[in-house]
Amino acid sequence: MRDTLLNITGLTKAYGSVIANREVSFSVGVGEIHALLGENGAGKSTLVKTIYGLVKPDSGTMDMRGAPFAPTDPAAARKAGVGMVFQHFSLFDALTVAENIVLGMDNPPSPRAIAAEVRRVSDQYGLPLDPDQIVGDLSAGERQRVEIIRCLLQNPKLLIMDEPTSVLTPQEVEILFKTLRKLAAEGTSILYISHKLSEIAALCEAATILRMGQVVATCDPRTTAPREMAELMVGQVLQSPVRAARPEGAMALELTGLSAPASHRFGTALRDIRIAVRAGEVLGIGGVAGNGQDELVAVLSGETMSDNDAVLLDGKPVGRSPVNARRALGLLCAPEERLGHAAAPDMSLTENAAVTAITRKSLTRRGFVDWPQARAFASAVIAQFDVRTPGPQHTAASLSGGNLQKFVIGREIMQAPRVLVVNQPTWGVDAAAAAAIRQALLTLADEGAAVVVISQDLDELMEISDRFCALTEGRLSAPRAARGLTVDQIGMMLGGAHDMEVAHVAE
Amino acid sequence: MDLSSINPILFFASLMVAATPILLAAIGELVVERAGVLNLGVEGMMITGAVTGFIVAVATGSPWLGFAGAALGGALLSQVFGFLTQYLLSNQVATGLALTLFGLGLSALMGQGYIGIKAPSFPDIHVPILGDIPVIGPIVFQHDPMVYIGLLIALAVWFFLFRSRAGLVLRAVGENHDAAHALGYNVRRTRMLAIAFGGACAGLGGAYLSLVRVPQWTEGMTAGAGWIALAIVVFASWRPGRLVLGAYLFGGVTVLQLNLQAAGVAIPVEYLSMSPYLATIAVLVIMSAGRSPGSLGRIFHAAR
Repeated sequence: MRDTLLNITGLTKAYGSVIANREVSFSVGVGEIHALLGENGAGKSTLVKTIYGLVKPDSGTMDMRGAPFAPTDPAAARKAGVGMVFQHFSLFDALTVAENIVLGMDNPPSPRAIAAEVRRVSDQYGLPLDPDQIVGDLSAGERQRVEIIRCLLQNPKLLIMDEPTSVLTPQEVEILFKTLRKLAAEGTSILYISHKLSEIAALCEAATILRMGQVVATCDPRTTAPREMAELMVGQVLQSPVRAARPEGAMALELTGLSAPASHRFGTALRDIRIAVRAGEVLGIGGVAGNGQDELVAVLSGETMSDNDAVLLDGKPVGRSPVNARRALGLLCAPEERLGHAAAPDMSLTENAAVTAITRKSLTRRGFVDWPQARAFASAVIAQFDVRTPGPQHTAASLSGGNLQKFVIGREIMQAPRVLVVNQPTWGVDAAAAAAIRQALLTLADEGAAVVVISQDLDELMEISDRFCALTEGRLSAPRAARGLTVDQIGMMLGGAHDMEVAHVAE
Repeated sequence: MDLSSINPILFFASLMVAATPILLAAIGELVVERAGVLNLGVEGMMITGAVTGFIVAVATGSPWLGFAGAALGGALLSQVFGFLTQYLLSNQVATGLALTLFGLGLSALMGQGYIGIKAPSFPDIHVPILGDIPVIGPIVFQHDPMVYIGLLIALAVWFFLFRSRAGLVLRAVGENHDAAHALGYNVRRTRMLAIAFGGACAGLGGAYLSLVRVPQWTEGMTAGAGWIALAIVVFASWRPGRLVLGAYLFGGVTVLQLNLQAAGVAIPVEYLSMSPYLATIAVLVIMSAGRSPGSLGRIFHAAR
């Protein structure tokens, strides 16, 4: 039995009437890789923010190596040896790598010394980085390295990793795991937060499972079956989506050598994209976000115009048709960002349903919106897709992520599209809602629509796509049948071997 | 029409004077916007600075104390904006507009007894040796001290933003306030300080009008200078060097059109009066390729 590094006893934190953590207790050993497992909203984030000094607990105590530990701010936590790699929001796009690293340090040395330090640490742990690059130009994997190196320069005793692999390619995940194992071997404890069970089984030595803010189990992930952990996490038995065999349909959507410029300064230009999707088919497009996904969705939805002949819907050129004309023809889109892009946060569900369905569901009468009909449509979406809300008069922002996503996808599906394009359909959605969304997409394909699913979640794509292709730096690989693809093959398609040749962990 | 009546040395010398109030107000707003706050109240803070500076200078007889009072007045008014937007989380655009209207009214009230009085004089300094250089000397080295202080502030702001740690933190707060908060930086305090600095600079700019340029107090004397300062910040892509250029360009065209009017050019006065605004915006639009700070104008609400 190893020594205990961090011990947490009876931690409770409530936000108003919502209890984020209730009587949470667990401990992390020295040099242990400890998994914190749970659904979105299970209280993982609140818990690690407490450890990192961002949140003050209502009650409960923590001790570090036997001494009481109650950080009042992140600087105090860092001083005590806690480092944290955030899932998002902790890098500054417009600043350089070195500046980003300096911001995470309490007593930074001179800029030149920082650059040297960055090079030393990145060599030692196989994380190549150029200190003078602008962070906004980096890939997701490289951005994560910035965060990891920022932590490592403080020589942390405990490193908290919040969903570190959600944006990485399989090869990048391997590199990360090697780095983490090496750190653990050197005596650094790692608190690893994830909901991906395969990763936890491969990496971690102990796991604490949270559900609704409470610890429901502690187990050894190397010996516990992943399905058992999943059910502990979700609290119910999970259904896998079923896929019926479908006959090959007519060509529904074609992109013939489409190119488009980047949508913003840190975006990616699309180059010579060719897609052919038949009716009844699910095409999965994998790849790490920021490789042209947003641009591709915009070109398909009609937010960005292209050459008229570059986008063919049922053989008709629509590249210069605006969004509503494409909707009328049956090409519908559900973009990635739920609040602000797919839905207007402060408008009611009825209004949000009406704005996209107004043409296809003919929700107007003599040029005026037919509100009773719009409300009926919104209510139908809510009923059919099991959206948990008191009613269609509530705002989009009042729904949880998973519920809003069900609403957004359901709203498009119930307009009976010819082609449906979805981007990140289950990002940040709990497992039960994700399974429902996947099943709905498959059912839609069974009914004869063509479905294009863009996602970073490779497991999801393997589960629902008929064919799979990868989007990397604005280029799309040739599609391959999804069934029987191995992780290595997918990795090669993603071209995810960023810097593989230099990324050997120093032994 | 007699274009030869325009003296080039005098032209360039008065260009520096005409640019100074805009430069001062703009450099303050640049820091505010780099911290992620959009304060549209520059005009209101300038005019408040103009009147408080004038009152203090008349009461004490010292233009230096007048400028100090103007900076204080502008900073105090800016803290009203800061409190409303940072603590009560009010909308920055609406609050900034309200601040401008409030400043215009407040200054008119405060300045009632001061109309028609002359401000104590603020002598030009004749920089030894450098001021004696022919042509360049009279253009660059024979102005009042505020012209140089304005340039020094711009240089100091550049150094602070891009060479100091505190400046890095300020830029980080403006770029992504959630990330800065997650790393343990005090977003609110950083922004309040930036807003105070912006208010003080706007106050100095206003006082330069009432104490040096005009020099007396009239209601509404800033006449849109605050709005031009705001525009220059944006079109200068939030970079101090370009901002100085933009302010001088504006000053240059202002002086040129005044000279042209005096020379009796056959262009209607209205078009000439428009020209500095058009020229400044046109040139800066052509130059600008910058990206605004990521969190500009967004309300920061710390989840605790």
